Amino acid sequence: MNRKERFARIKHLYSRAAFGISYLTADKLSRQNYRKVIDSLIKAPEIPDEIRLQSEQENLRLQQQQQELNAKKEQTEAEKEQKKEYLRLRNEKNQQLNLAWLDKLMHSGYPLHEKMTLFWHGHFACRHETTFFAQQLNNVQRRHALGNFKTLLTEVSKTPAMLLYLNNQQNRKGRPNENFARELMELFTLGRGKYSEQDIKESARAFTGWMFNKDWVFEFNPKVHDSGTKTFFGKTGNFGGEDIIDMILARREAADFIAGKVYLFFVNDVPNDAHIKELGGHFFDSGYDIAAMLQKLFTSDWFYEPANAGNKIKSPVELIVGLSRTFHTRYNDPKMLIRLQQNLGQYLFNPPNVAGWPGGRSWIDSSSLMLRMKIPSLVLNDGEIDFSGKADPEEEAAIAVNKAADPKKAKRKSFVNADPDWAAFSRDLPKNISPVELAGFLLQPRLNEKNTALLEDNKGLRSTAIEVVSMPEYQLC
Amino acid sequence: MRRRDFLKNTALATAGAWMIPAFVKPLEALALDELTRHKNLVIVQFSGGNDGLNTVVPFGSDIYYQKRKNIAIKPEEVIRLNDMQGLNPNLSALQEIYDNGWMTVINSVGYPNPDRSHFRSMDIWQSGSDASQFLSTGWIGRYLDSNCQTCKYPYTAIEVDDALSLALKGTSKKGIALKDPAALFRNTNEPFFKRMISHEQEHLDENNLGYLYKTMAETASSASYIQNTSKIYQTRATYPSNGFGNQLKTVSRFICSGLQTRVYYVSMSGFDTHVNQIGQQGNLLRQYAESMNVFLKDLQGKNKLADTLVLTFSEFGRRVEQNASNGTDHGTANNILVFGGSLNRKGIFNEAPDLADLEAGDLKYKIDFREVYATVLHKWLDTENSQVLDRSFRTLDFI
Repeated sequence: MNRKERFARIKHLYSRAAFGISYLTADKLSRQNYRKVIDSLIKAPEIPDEIRLQSEQENLRLQQQQQELNAKKEQTEAEKEQKKEYLRLRNEKNQQLNLAWLDKLMHSGYPLHEKMTLFWHGHFACRHETTFFAQQLNNVQRRHALGNFKTLLTEVSKTPAMLLYLNNQQNRKGRPNENFARELMELFTLGRGKYSEQDIKESARAFTGWMFNKDWVFEFNPKVHDSGTKTFFGKTGNFGGEDIIDMILARREAADFIAGKVYLFFVNDVPNDAHIKELGGHFFDSGYDIAAMLQKLFTSDWFYEPANAGNKIKSPVELIVGLSRTFHTRYNDPKMLIRLQQNLGQYLFNPPNVAGWPGGRSWIDSSSLMLRMKIPSLVLNDGEIDFSGKADPEEEAAIAVNKAADPKKAKRKSFVNADPDWAAFSRDLPKNISPVELAGFLLQPRLNEKNTALLEDNKGLRSTAIEVVSMPEYQLC
Repeated sequence: MRRRDFLKNTALATAGAWMIPAFVKPLEALALDELTRHKNLVIVQFSGGNDGLNTVVPFGSDIYYQKRKNIAIKPEEVIRLNDMQGLNPNLSALQEIYDNGWMTVINSVGYPNPDRSHFRSMDIWQSGSDASQFLSTGWIGRYLDSNCQTCKYPYTAIEVDDALSLALKGTSKKGIALKDPAALFRNTNEPFFKRMISHEQEHLDENNLGYLYKTMAETASSASYIQNTSKIYQTRATYPSNGFGNQLKTVSRFICSGLQTRVYYVSMSGFDTHVNQIGQQGNLLRQYAESMNVFLKDLQGKNKLADTLVLTFSEFGRRVEQNASNGTDHGTANNILVFGGSLNRKGIFNEAPDLADLEAGDLKYKIDFREVYATVLHKWLDTENSQVLDRSFRTLDFI
C-alpha cells in the first residue's frame, strides 16, 4: 500500500471512528504502523473524564426542596414563584448539560471515546428532566464506553435515570412492572422476537428490588424482591437480576445484536450479515469486550472497501462537531447550538424515544437538508439565520412559565455568532494546496467532474473551503 | 432498484427534466381540483398537554368543582353547549362556529396504557403506534408512502413550521416544512444551490448521495410550485397577528390558491400549565379561537369550507384534580376538536367524560385516537386505513 492509500485509509477511519482529522495529523499517522494507530485511537483516557455540572449535594438539596413544596396542599404566592423559578433553572441547567457534552465532543483528545459515548447514548436512550440524573447516566456511558458491555449494561440499569424511565423503581413483588424487562431484551440486548412474553414476565420478577434509596443511590431492596422460583429461557431457579443478565449474554444473539448496531453506526446503513456475524463472534469470544470488537472492526479489510466509504449520512451531531473541529470554531453564543440540534432532529439528552434516533436517511427531509447545507455559511461566514425553530415537547413547562413567546422576538435578526480560527485551519494544511486538493481532503465521497470544474478557478482558501463544505457531498462521511 | 426504475419513480421523471416540472400548471390544477373535489385536512397540534377539562368544561359535574377548587371555570362563565358541557369563556369566538354547525367535540380520546411523558406520548400520537411500540415514521408519512395518486410530491403534506415533525415522515416519502414559501423559494434559488442541482441528473443514483441530490431537486421544484401557485392569492380576511394566526393565514392562502396539498400541519405551544394555569391557558385558547374563527369564515367565503376538515389534538389531557400551584399535572384521555363544512355529526359527538369513573385519578379513554385517524384516512383521504395504521381500526361517523 502506498502513502496515498494509507492516507486515504486514515482519513476514512477518522471520519467514522472520530469526527474527522486534520491534514497534518493524517499525514503523520500514515507514516506509522497501522496497528499502533488503531490502538492509540481505541485507548480511553486514564483519568475518568466526566461531566461535572451539578453536584450530588446540590441535587439532593433541590430534590428535597421540591418534595416539600409538592407535599403542600396549597402553596403561597412566594412558593409558586419558587416552583416557577425551579422549572426555569432546571431548563437552563439541562441546556448547559447539553452544551457541556457538545464541548467535550468538539474538544476531547479521545474522539472515539466520545463517539462511543454517543453510540451508547442512542442505544440506552433515556430522557430525564433532572439534570443530575441525566449527567450521571451520561458519565456511566462514558466510563464504560470502551469497556465491558456487561458492566456497562448493569451499571446503566442501576442509574436512577433508567430505573425511573423504565419504571423498575415501581417493580415490586406481587405488583410487577415489566417495562424494564421488556426493553432490556427488545432494545438493549436481543432484539424483537428472541424471547417469549413468559420470559418477560419471569425476568421482571427477578428485577424486583432493583431500585434507588431515599438518597437517590442504587440499593437492592430485599423487602420488595420476589424470591420465588422463576423459569427463564427454559431454566428454573431463584433468579435475581444479575442471573437474568448473565443468561441473556450467554446467548450469541446478544453479541450479534450489538454488533449489528455497531455496524450500522460505523460502517453502512445497509447491514451485511456476514460482516456482522464476524464482528458478533469476536465480541462474544472476547467476553463482550467493546474495545476488542472495535479493534476487529477497524482492522477488517471490508471496513475500508469502497462500498463502505463516503456513503454514510452524518448525524446532525457528527456534522456540527466535525465542522467545528476542522475549523477550530469558537461559539460566542453556544445556545445557538441547541437551536441547531433541535431543528436538525438530534437534540442530545432528548432522544425521540427509548429506541433512540433511527439514523440514516431519516435525518434528511427538505427542511433539514436545506438547513444542513446552510450551516457552513452560518458558522463560518456569519450568515443570518432565517428560522425560529420549534421547541422540544419537554420544554413546554418552561415555555408555559415564561409566558407565551414574544412574537416580535422571533423576528429579530439572528446569527450563530461563531468565530472560526482561519489561521489554525490553514496551519493544518500543506502550503499551496489547490482548491481541488482541498475538496478531496474535506470530502469523503469523490467529487464529480462538474463540481470539480466549479472549484478549479477558485481563488482563496477560505471561500473554497466554505463552498466545499456547503456541498451535499459534505453531508456524507 | 436499477437506475432506470429509480428515475422513473422520482418526481423528476414525470417531467422528463426537472427544469420544466409538468405539475407547475395552475390552470390545469384548478380544473382537476373542481373535478375531484380536492379535500384538505388541517391538523392543529397543541404541544404540552392541553387541559381538556378547562377547554370543554363539564360544568354539570359536581366532582369537577370539588377537584378544582381554585381553577374550575364558574358555571355562569361557561358558554353552554348542552346540560353537561360548555366552552371556556376564552373560546367565545367559537360559539358562532359551533352554532353554524362547523364544530364537533369528540370526548375521551386516548389509548391503552397511556404514557405521561410529553415526548413519548407525542411520539405515540404522531406515529400512531401502541404504547409499547416504537415507530420511526408518522401516520401522515405512511399515508404518503401508501401510493396515493398525488402523494409523489413532498408538497402533498405541508407543515407550516421550520422543521418537519415525525407525523409527516414516511419511509420513502416525506412532507415538506416551510413557514414562508417566499423564503424557501429564495433559498432554493440562491446561485450556489442552483448550480448544485443544475446537474443533479448524474447523481440520481440509489446511494445516499443520490438521495441527497434527489431531495434537493424535489425541494426546489416543490418550492417553486408552492410559491408560484400561492403568490397570486391574497386573503382579505384579517387574522389575529400572533404566531398561530399567521400559520392559519398561510394555510388559507395555500388552500384558496388551489395548491394540490392534502394535509396541512400547524402547532401551538405552551400548554404545559403546571403553575397558575388560568391565565396562561386562557391566553392560548383565546388566540386559538379568534384565529380559527377568522380561518373558517375565510374558507367559507371562498367556498372551501366544505372541502376542509380541521382536527385539533394534544398529546394528553391533564389530571382531574388540580395541583397545589393552581395548575394541573400530566393526565391521559382528552378531547379532540373537529371543524369543517361537511361534518356528519355536529355538536358534541359522544358522552362527556365520567369524572366518577377514574383510573388512578385520570380519565379513562373511550375512543382510541387511531379510530379518529382511521376515519379521516378512510372517509376523507380515501385510503385503506389498515395500510397506514398497521391494523384495521373501526371508523366513526363524525364525517
